[in-house]
Amino acid sequence: MIKYTDEHEWIVVDGNIATVGITDYAQKALGDVVFVELPEVGASFASGDEVAVVESVKAASEVYAPLTGEITEVNSDLEGEPALVNSAPTDGGWFFKMTVADTGELDGMMDEAAYNDFVAGLE
Amino acid sequence: MSADQTLLKTPLYDLHVEHGGKMVPFAGYSMPVQYPLGIMKEHLHTRDAAGLFDVSHMGQAYIRSTDGSDPAAAIEKIMPGALQVLKPGKMRYTLLLNDEGGIEDDLMVTRTFEPEGTLYVVVNAAFKEKDYTILEEKLGDQIVLEPLEDRALIALQGPKAESVLAKLAPEVADLSFMEATMVTLEGVVCWVSRSGYTGEDGYEISVPSDEADAFAKRLLKDEDVELIGLGARDSLRLEAGLCLSGHDFDGSITPVGASVTFALGKKRREAGDFVGSERILSELSNGADNVRVGILPEGRAPAREGTVIADVDGNEIGKVTSGGFGPTLGAPVAMGYVPTAFAENGTEIYLLVRGKSLAAKVAGTPFVPQRYKRKTV
Repeated sequence: MIKYTDEHEWIVVDGNIATVGITDYAQKALGDVVFVELPEVGASFASGDEVAVVESVKAASEVYAPLTGEITEVNSDLEGEPALVNSAPTDGGWFFKMTVADTGELDGMMDEAAYNDFVAGLE
Repeated sequence: MSADQTLLKTPLYDLHVEHGGKMVPFAGYSMPVQYPLGIMKEHLHTRDAAGLFDVSHMGQAYIRSTDGSDPAAAIEKIMPGALQVLKPGKMRYTLLLNDEGGIEDDLMVTRTFEPEGTLYVVVNAAFKEKDYTILEEKLGDQIVLEPLEDRALIALQGPKAESVLAKLAPEVADLSFMEATMVTLEGVVCWVSRSGYTGEDGYEISVPSDEADAFAKRLLKDEDVELIGLGARDSLRLEAGLCLSGHDFDGSITPVGASVTFALGKKRREAGDFVGSERILSELSNGADNVRVGILPEGRAPAREGTVIADVDGNEIGKVTSGGFGPTLGAPVAMGYVPTAFAENGTEIYLLVRGKSLAAKVAGTPFVPQRYKRKTV
């Protein structure tokens, strides 16, 4: 199952673990990513908290926790190769995994079709 | 009315849109921050080949005297460079000073061939009205300022700039850094200078507005040329250690604090015949309280403008004035102000980025060697 937020994060849920990254639309809007500041494993966040920062050549942008939970893993590949966010945003360029404390938080999020419509409305 | 409608457009606006430029408001103009190539590749292309920049938003003006004398004699009162000595076709980077010796703006001043006795100035887009006002208020009875509203300005920068432009006019290859001349390019009379603000060899070409689009398209036919936006322009000038007016200095900072003392003419220093010279000469002898330095952060995290600079004990000692990622270096770079005691290259400092204290070192600029074509005599 893949879900999307209106802040352009994608979330893939497997059991009680969610993998989170930013969408292709978001990486295109940001441009060349040169640095990603990832959260600490074990840190807890509430939905909407600032959890990571993605820096392009030009500017820094915050990434918000889409769900409430604890960080279980971060994508250390991004430290050496932040451009993975551009080249593989929904695959090798994932940001972090977190526990899903309340699956109900996923209910209000967009599915792929709804997100595509949302993005089309922005252009 | 949307904010967009109040923005001015340069003569190359349609060209930017046709080429997929991402248009943003900048200094009152709608300008391309990047093209589909992206800032990183645009930056690297300029370092490797030739980048075409629209800098038509900058202010171009002629300055003449009201009595037939050299207008440089008047403007030297508020600009500390040696300008009266400029022969036709020679240009200088200089500074517009306030009464306290602070830098209101930086600008290029060139002696034209004709009209005789005229200076041609190019000032920053964000400050052109302010600069013109200062010139009028300080020197209005001695000079006539004539803004050139009907001209575009195109910068062609990079190691292939010479070969590209010389295909249209071979004589541009004979220009050295900071020299200018009149050239007929594709039947259009242009004012071409060997200058720019990327650290690369290259040219700035002043073209009549109605010829600018066709001329830019002619240059873009060359496989070595790509359109480059404001994003890469900023990262290029930052790697070259060049100041951005209003960011890396403002009216409170002298040329000594801003580390641009090369813009003070030797004889001008001796004469002290410009506004604020008392403070500037005192700082030249005794040092400024705070000086601009280059900064190399140790990790990959860029330190942006406004980032607090701390000493090894965590005490705040200054702020970053320009910072970002240097694509040529493949690493973050910054400039900022620190007390003179911390200004030596290699001094360990810390940058407070989002609550984290990141190690960095004071470093010399430019971060990437400048490749200007100076005369070898």
